[in-house]
Amino acid sequence: MAAITIPYQPQLRREARVEWAFRGLTVASAALVLLLLAGVLAALCVGGWPALKTFRFGFLTHEVWNPVTDQFGALAPLYGTVITSLIAMLIAVPLAFGIAVFLTETCPLWLRAPIASCIELLAAVPSIVFGIWGLFVLAPILQHSVQPWLIDTLGDLPWVGKLFRGPPYGIGLLTAGFVLAIMVLPFITSVMREVFLATPRSLKEAAYGLGATQWEVIWDVVLPNSRAGIIGGMMLGLGRALGETMAVTFVVGNAHRISTSLLAPGTTISASIANEFTEAVGTLYTSSLIALGLLLFVLTFIIIAAARLLLMRMERRGAGV
Amino acid sequence: MSNIRRRKITATIALGASGLATAIGLAFLAAILWTLFSRGIGGLALRVFTQDTPAPGSSGGLLNAIYGSLVMTLLGVLIGGPIGILAATYLSEYGRTARLSTVIRFINDVLLSAPSIVIGLFVYTLVVVPMGHFSALAGALSLAIIVIPVTVRTAEDMLRLIPQTTRHASAALGAQPWRTITSIVYPAARSGLLTGVLLALARVSGETAPLLFTALNNQFWNANLNQPMANLPVVIFQFATSPYKNWQSLAWAGALLITLFVLFLSVIARLISSLFGPRENRVE
Amino acid sequence: MNKWSSRQTMIMAAAALLGTGTMAAPADDISGAGATFPYPIYAKWAEAYKQQTGIGLNYQSIGSGGGIKQIEASTVTFGASDKPLEPADLKQKGLVQWPMIIGGVVPVVNIPGIKPGDLILDGPTIAAIYLGDISRWNDAAIQKLNPKLKLPKLDIAPVYRSDGSGTNFLFTNYLSKVSPTFLQKIGANTSVQWPVGIGAKGNEGVANQTTQTSGAIGYVEYAYVKQTGMTYTKLLNHDGKYVDPEAKAFQAAAANADWGKAEGYYLILTDQPGADSWPITGASFILMHAASKDTHTVAALKFFDWAYRSGQKMAEDLDYVPLPEKLARLVEKTWQDALQVDGKPVWPAK
Repeated sequence: MAAITIPYQPQLRREARVEWAFRGLTVASAALVLLLLAGVLAALCVGGWPALKTFRFGFLTHEVWNPVTDQFGALAPLYGTVITSLIAMLIAVPLAFGIAVFLTETCPLWLRAPIASCIELLAAVPSIVFGIWGLFVLAPILQHSVQPWLIDTLGDLPWVGKLFRGPPYGIGLLTAGFVLAIMVLPFITSVMREVFLATPRSLKEAAYGLGATQWEVIWDVVLPNSRAGIIGGMMLGLGRALGETMAVTFVVGNAHRISTSLLAPGTTISASIANEFTEAVGTLYTSSLIALGLLLFVLTFIIIAAARLLLMRMERRGAGV
Repeated sequence: MSNIRRRKITATIALGASGLATAIGLAFLAAILWTLFSRGIGGLALRVFTQDTPAPGSSGGLLNAIYGSLVMTLLGVLIGGPIGILAATYLSEYGRTARLSTVIRFINDVLLSAPSIVIGLFVYTLVVVPMGHFSALAGALSLAIIVIPVTVRTAEDMLRLIPQTTRHASAALGAQPWRTITSIVYPAARSGLLTGVLLALARVSGETAPLLFTALNNQFWNANLNQPMANLPVVIFQFATSPYKNWQSLAWAGALLITLFVLFLSVIARLISSLFGPRENRVE
Repeated sequence: MNKWSSRQTMIMAAAALLGTGTMAAPADDISGAGATFPYPIYAKWAEAYKQQTGIGLNYQSIGSGGGIKQIEASTVTFGASDKPLEPADLKQKGLVQWPMIIGGVVPVVNIPGIKPGDLILDGPTIAAIYLGDISRWNDAAIQKLNPKLKLPKLDIAPVYRSDGSGTNFLFTNYLSKVSPTFLQKIGANTSVQWPVGIGAKGNEGVANQTTQTSGAIGYVEYAYVKQTGMTYTKLLNHDGKYVDPEAKAFQAAAANADWGKAEGYYLILTDQPGADSWPITGASFILMHAASKDTHTVAALKFFDWAYRSGQKMAEDLDYVPLPEKLARLVEKTWQDALQVDGKPVWPAK
């Protein structure tokens, strides 16, 4: 008869001790995640405190960014961040929707996986490559062809025209928004595609049974069913767009100014930090840049929290149908 | 026009527009890859892999930058990967339903989307200034901080895919949780965890902003972790915005190298997932 | 079995890679950071010095502001700045400063049909361009200075330095001297608020942006112009003569400077008198701590000494003006008197 080994007391005690250590290790690692966030927030608050204390709320509302007179206002970077991200979303979301629709409905089956992989390839391209591509390829094209056309056709219209005035630099808020759009496109597309694929067949077949066209099924059945996922995908894209540094720094023009024209150079929070941090001299200057970082962090935090809350509420209401 | 006719035309136009959108997306990808290859290949020569970064106007390569990038990203993943997997182990095995875990997952998502430049600032204040100098170690640390949330996300997803029945069976045989995890769960999730780590590696390979304030850069060869070390992203940043032709072509060559590396990692990760991964992903 | 050995091999390879990092002997690399103005010559010197002595000087051109900040935080052995710190500042921060090389800031343009040296500009006109008062190239003021040139009806795109830089300081210092409006509205500093135009990072960035943008005007250190063949302009100097940017023009501007009398070598060479003088000339300075614990200080000083003695031809090839011998000796005496490491004087090196 084969001997059955029965664990005896010392081995049990040893195993219990290892369990205590291992579990402790995992808890510590999980706690580290919390600590990291707390640490980053703390470091940003401490570093940004002198600036926030000096400028108070005015930091958010003043445009002047003058290292000579030590006057710093975050309005220009804030404006730039919001505008470039907005432009990016306005371009990327419809495109992503179109691509997702194509991949789930119209595309021949054998092409679906290759094209989906290609779109995801865009996500693999490092952001600095987007930056230099934007500067050396996109900007000259915009400067010599697209922007003059925009200025000529739209520049003189009553309200919209104000957005398209000024010399065609090739770089500026519009170019930055453009590059950001291409960057966030794959993320929003893949989320949308996943959500569309998760639509219950029965729902779609019922609609077809009622005589709906393919487009009507997408627009009236699949889309409302996927609302939660789409919002999630948009928030993901928005979060990335807000924090993107390298792609934007190359093409945004680095001007601490707010102009009504989209063709004008501007700046974003991350571009300002990337450009100016290594050489900011003086506590107030450095502190203002760190305060900018804090602002960006808080902004991203709010967007993610809002997305989470929205998703939770939608889940409770049952996918918003 | 009859109602049906109108609806059919709308459908055709809409679906046609979706095809157009896809064409536009693919066109951008093609444009970027085309630029990368055409400008980058021209800069690639044997010396790119054998010589260090040159002064303006001299000839040189990217050897120190390639080495620095490899070392710092590997170190970053070696530090951040295990921590991420351990944290994910807690979330999946010990605290799956705990209130704390919901909070940790949320915080993890926030860290995941945190702008990497903020992480660089953080490490600058905490490590570079007290140490008194820039160093590759600080660079690796900032990359590790970016790796952690990425790994936690993917690792937890992978670990949760393992059915509870295996864990219960192991417990029924008298194994402590640590024994179950290390002998049953980890091996079963092995390919998924590896995929997660590879994706994290791919993600940090292209990161520039955190390295700007931590590892700085180095004109020469440096293998000392305690000193500033050259790295591809910062070198590309510096060279691309310069007016020197030799620097610009090196920048494009470097960009091509990073992109190829990241693509390679993504393909390997995809392959591992489809060959060894959970049944749904497998292409057998 | 196979899987194990390949995994083992991978782990060993990674360990070897990292191991080389920790096991390597501490590098003798001297670290410095700062101005982009002298970057081309510092990089050339560093390359040659490394070939001769094997010691590396890692200089990162992050802007004069960055150089000052990093030397204050002691994260580098020396900082470099084109804007000299005032003697009171030096004393308060415990820094010693001295000039290393002299060069000129040159306006560059990108106008179709205009070749290097064709366009003539003067201080007040440039000031007006950067103030936004002149916005087209065929403006009357510019045309008046260039009666023989046909200037196109092209929008001017002013390019300025977006980072804190000594080049900025020299440029704005000159414009403030020749245009009271500029002084009042913008002022002279390493980083100012520009009412119009695009910002670019570093001398390199401005050079790049100007060559990329049609109708652009920018200002860069001459070495960048020379190495890339950009379209420079002539300038009207203090004595009312038009000069080309070149070594002898920079030399003429520096000729009258009396360094001995300047405390902390604080001397700004813009708008100097002299028929051949280039109006925007300046010296680039090195900053080090008066009392430090940095063991690389001696190595850095040896490099600077080598640069003073053997680096002159390389400097002249890039159209910089190396420091005259007398000034170099004066600087080395300052090292002897003012620099200490661990409480002991550090020069002459043993």
